[in-house]
Amino acid sequence: MNSLEFSLLVWLGSLAAGFLGSLTGLGGGVVIVPLLALRFGVDIRYAIGASLVSVIATSSGAAAAYVKEGYSNLRIGMFLEIATTIGALAGAFLAARMSPSAIAVVFGAVLFYSAYLSNRPRPEHPSAARPDPLATFLRMDSTYPTTEGLQPYRVHNVPGGFGLMFVAGALSGLLGIGSGAVKVLAMDQVMRIPFKVSTTTSNFMIGVTAAASTGVYLSRGYIDPVLVMPVMLGTLAGSMLGARVLTRAKSRILRIVFSLVILALGVELIYNGLTGRL
Amino acid sequence: MRAWTDERVERVIGGLLRWGVIVAAAVILAGGAMYLVRYGSTIPDYRVFRGEPSDLRNVSGIVTGAVSWHSRGLIQLGLLLLIAVPVARVAFSVVAFALQRDRTYVVVTLIVFAVLLYGLTRVGP
Repeated sequence: MNSLEFSLLVWLGSLAAGFLGSLTGLGGGVVIVPLLALRFGVDIRYAIGASLVSVIATSSGAAAAYVKEGYSNLRIGMFLEIATTIGALAGAFLAARMSPSAIAVVFGAVLFYSAYLSNRPRPEHPSAARPDPLATFLRMDSTYPTTEGLQPYRVHNVPGGFGLMFVAGALSGLLGIGSGAVKVLAMDQVMRIPFKVSTTTSNFMIGVTAAASTGVYLSRGYIDPVLVMPVMLGTLAGSMLGARVLTRAKSRILRIVFSLVILALGVELIYNGLTGRL
Repeated sequence: MRAWTDERVERVIGGLLRWGVIVAAAVILAGGAMYLVRYGSTIPDYRVFRGEPSDLRNVSGIVTGAVSWHSRGLIQLGLLLLIAVPVARVAFSVVAFALQRDRTYVVVTLIVFAVLLYGLTRVGP
């Protein structure tokens, strides 16, 4: 396989990953790294570097569309980005000290958890009855559009959400993924922010989080331009396509199929990691 | 002058993000096309991790390579532009919060900005 064929195949794979990732809300990053490492024989460090770049592109590209809808909350996002960016730097430093096999095993475990999170029923917590003093001080309480007009919501347990966001950032920096699943968990389950606000704000934060660790990867020489090119262009095109279809498609079956793919990749990553083949 | 409401700030940020990504993707595509025209028939090898040469690792090396039309330098330049998009978003938010006289969030946003700069300018492993 020469460079031209390799680039075309990687581009097609990334296109599919970006498309499915945006349709299911799981993001393309969770598939890109295993795809490159297992199917294309790319060293996992190069794969993580290329994936991080594609995460910045898809997050920034999609955010423009979400902003218009009026769901995302700039203040919540910015405050929690303190935790995710510091976490991302910690994750990137950790990546240099872990063997590729160990990273593969952690990656596999995160894939399992992501598949579980996206398929479990989401209890909608009623908005907190009393305002939270810290959330009030940080002016996080806001409104979001629903079919019955603007609905106010109150934010809860800011320190808990902040702590979990640090973990989300660390996973992002270590594995080259957006870790949107953990970010949404922190916002809608811990901080009791409405689901729609959580997902759009999370998407907004992913690009900034990934930018923090990409600099570290770049200076360490983990980012190969020739590999980045098809991965970034493919996932970007795929996710934009996905965002267009999103409003029409029935995503439940797709999500189950995509989760099964993720589980299979997770098993393979852990197996290869434990047997030292990566 | 119109007031900098949250909605207006987010709309401007949205446009900034979209155009930044489009420009970065175009530069990466141009560099990639140049590379494949010249080296498309070579055999790629990513099995063994070697790490990138130093001129593809730092800003000055990348810019030097890109202005002399080195294809890989050009792709890395597109990559730097892409990284600049969320960084610019944070920088713009600092200004927007300052215009809203929201001191708490000026400080919050400056912290995020400082962390980003630290990650991007740090040299060495």
